[in-house]
Amino acid sequence: MKFAVKALSSGKARAGVVHLGSCPSSIETPCLLLSTRKGLPIFISPDLLSSLPSPDSNLLQFSPLHFSEGPSPKTISSIGGLHQMVGLHEYGFAAVARDSIQCLPECGSTNKTGASFETPCGRRLIKPVEYMEMITSMKPNLWATLADEVPAWANNKRNKTSVDRTVKWLDECIARSPAGGAVFGSIVGGSNIEERKRCAQEVAVRNVSGYWIGGFGLGESMEERPSLLNAVTDNLPKDWPRMICGLGLPEEVLQGVAAGVDLFDSAYIYHLTIGGFALTFPLDRTEKIDYNYQLSDQGSDRTKINLRATVYRKDATPIVEDCCCYTCQNHTKAYINHLLNVHEMLAQILLEIHNTHHYLGFFRSIREAIKEGCFEQFQKKFVQSRREHLAADVVSV
Amino acid sequence: MALRFEVLGRFNRARAAQLTLPHFACQTPLFMPVGTQGTIKGLTTDQLEEIGCQIILGNTYHLALRPTSELIDELGGLHKFMNWPRALLTDSGGFQMVSLLHLADITEKGVTFQSPVDGKPMLLTPEESIQIQNRIGADIIMALDDVVRTTITGPRIEEAMYRTLRWVDRCIAAHKRPHEQNLFGIVQGGLDPVLRDICVRGLVDRNLPGYAIGGLAGGEDKDSFWRVVAQCTAALPEDKPRYVMGVGYPLDIVVCSALGADMYDCVYPTRTARFGTALVPEGVLKLKHNAMVNDTRPIDPTCACMVCKNYTRAYIHCLVTKDAMGSQLLSYHNLYYMLQLSRNLHSSIVEGRFPECYIIPDSNLCASRNSNVVRFLWQFPKGDVPEWVCNAMDVAGIDISSCCSS
Repeated sequence: MKFAVKALSSGKARAGVVHLGSCPSSIETPCLLLSTRKGLPIFISPDLLSSLPSPDSNLLQFSPLHFSEGPSPKTISSIGGLHQMVGLHEYGFAAVARDSIQCLPECGSTNKTGASFETPCGRRLIKPVEYMEMITSMKPNLWATLADEVPAWANNKRNKTSVDRTVKWLDECIARSPAGGAVFGSIVGGSNIEERKRCAQEVAVRNVSGYWIGGFGLGESMEERPSLLNAVTDNLPKDWPRMICGLGLPEEVLQGVAAGVDLFDSAYIYHLTIGGFALTFPLDRTEKIDYNYQLSDQGSDRTKINLRATVYRKDATPIVEDCCCYTCQNHTKAYINHLLNVHEMLAQILLEIHNTHHYLGFFRSIREAIKEGCFEQFQKKFVQSRREHLAADVVSV
Repeated sequence: MALRFEVLGRFNRARAAQLTLPHFACQTPLFMPVGTQGTIKGLTTDQLEEIGCQIILGNTYHLALRPTSELIDELGGLHKFMNWPRALLTDSGGFQMVSLLHLADITEKGVTFQSPVDGKPMLLTPEESIQIQNRIGADIIMALDDVVRTTITGPRIEEAMYRTLRWVDRCIAAHKRPHEQNLFGIVQGGLDPVLRDICVRGLVDRNLPGYAIGGLAGGEDKDSFWRVVAQCTAALPEDKPRYVMGVGYPLDIVVCSALGADMYDCVYPTRTARFGTALVPEGVLKLKHNAMVNDTRPIDPTCACMVCKNYTRAYIHCLVTKDAMGSQLLSYHNLYYMLQLSRNLHSSIVEGRFPECYIIPDSNLCASRNSNVVRFLWQFPKGDVPEWVCNAMDVAGIDISSCCSS
């Protein structure tokens, strides 16, 4: 893996380029890692994956825990690793134990031998040795070391223990590190600035290729997050990439970018999709905010629409007028509304395609803003515009 | 009449033809996936085109319920609504009502039933069925028939047969778009050859664009099943398509094609995919089974579909019944399998190789260009071919004695 920072904006936000062995093209950062279940998107089948913008959509994230009841590490090795097993040879895979959708850290059951997760196969305790066995057989392009993540309300003692444990496991993982595959050292510390700093400093001196920032999206508030993020990134060398889990919403992603994070996962797309929502917020940075109240905006926050709403029953227009995703090029809101009503899986497939496409567009506008040196302004304007509809609605009611 | 049917090749009773419909020129024998509610579960229209799907069947009953035929009409018809550029066929709605609904009853007027929405009594008449299908806009529409299960005996079967003929006249009168949509009549008559004969002759007199053989695929024994198909295909006109409704298993399709049928539909491939079962030349493969956990072979090494080219049984095993992707991939493979079967049937008949496709693996006769044919008799490696298959193939004039141990 190769990474380089190409541009900075507002001090810490950076635009960079990451190159992974299996991907034919470099990928620009900040970028989105697409969520997968067992290596394939949750709904988008592999032959439709190529309809998403490339190379933006070529980075996928999975958890080794997805395979706790599946083919054994030995079988996965004999197949040739994850890329081979899921037939996505020109994609990059990032392995992280936690996936914000299905494999959630269960700190109450985590102990000194391993990290505990709630998974669809029940509660699983995974030890560094087992974790590394899975990593070795799956051969992801990059992987995070096993971490002990605690929620924001954990007491100081538990939080401190999580930092000590995470660093210890980092060393154990590195010792068993397979050749090939970039190690991302995990950094935790909960909502304690000092612990965050301590952990970052410890990990910064280890022999790793990048940093995975854990423990976010577990109860900390929007207000306290920036200082916690900065406590981490201020203590990391600038030249290595930073990846984070748990910052899903656009505003949260912007906080991460502002603190100098490069790679993001997101459960946002999944939750939108299964709820029947489609993203519609404007991606064009020059677009003026439109305060004209329209019937179809009733109840909507203008960032997304819920296609279950009866107002779309006969709407023969695409979700977003000039969107070039497969869904908007081929189908109408009326058809998706019908699919949702009759509980057909195609609805989720089409929504996941559109939402992923749209969110990748969001990341593209972030990168453009950084390269133009106006990220701070972009962040302010974006957050403001999403709140302004509330004022407009109050006036019109 | 809005179709052209041109026979391109024959082998005894089997025929390969081009069926040109308003939206697509199809090749028969063909299999139609069932897209009940305006979609094939889990597959996009792009994927369906990719695997060679020619016609999709839509269920009138379901579509009339949601989103309603009026809405579909307002939005330009079902083709436009689901963005499917190829052909569509809709059934009459009668079968679903009788099989799905409590207290559905058939009178001369039509099918009376309780609305599943509010329990109100409703009536589906032949006229109403055709109007709904006119609004939906499929290339082929089906007459409302009085369908009885073949497991029933007695005067009800005769009553249903004659009523079907009376209803066909009402359907023809109600049909507003004969130049864009082809109305097929359905042969009823249970398992009684006399009744079936009367029905065939009655429908042929009406000079319809095509004919279906109905009332089968409902639990009758296989020996009775093939005999009805054989009788009907012998009596129906040579120059019009013959559609055996609700069929079915690959074996059944091969036998019916040998007897002279052209079109088939069944939920089996997609339904069985959702239970983790894949269709393979040897029969079926249960991916859920523990034996698959570490099996690194593809589902079917002779299959050229995206799933078999990229995935192992082990990987599919860990997906099936747990993740949506599992049923998607299996549905994809199973439909590809059925559509490839159709293509093989068509090309083998056209190329005069029809019987050779069924020789057991020991022989060299399958080493031709299309060696991907369905060797359906591989399902019976011990030579225990069912008797009904042997009898049917006998009538079809195809010698499979080398495959039978007895």
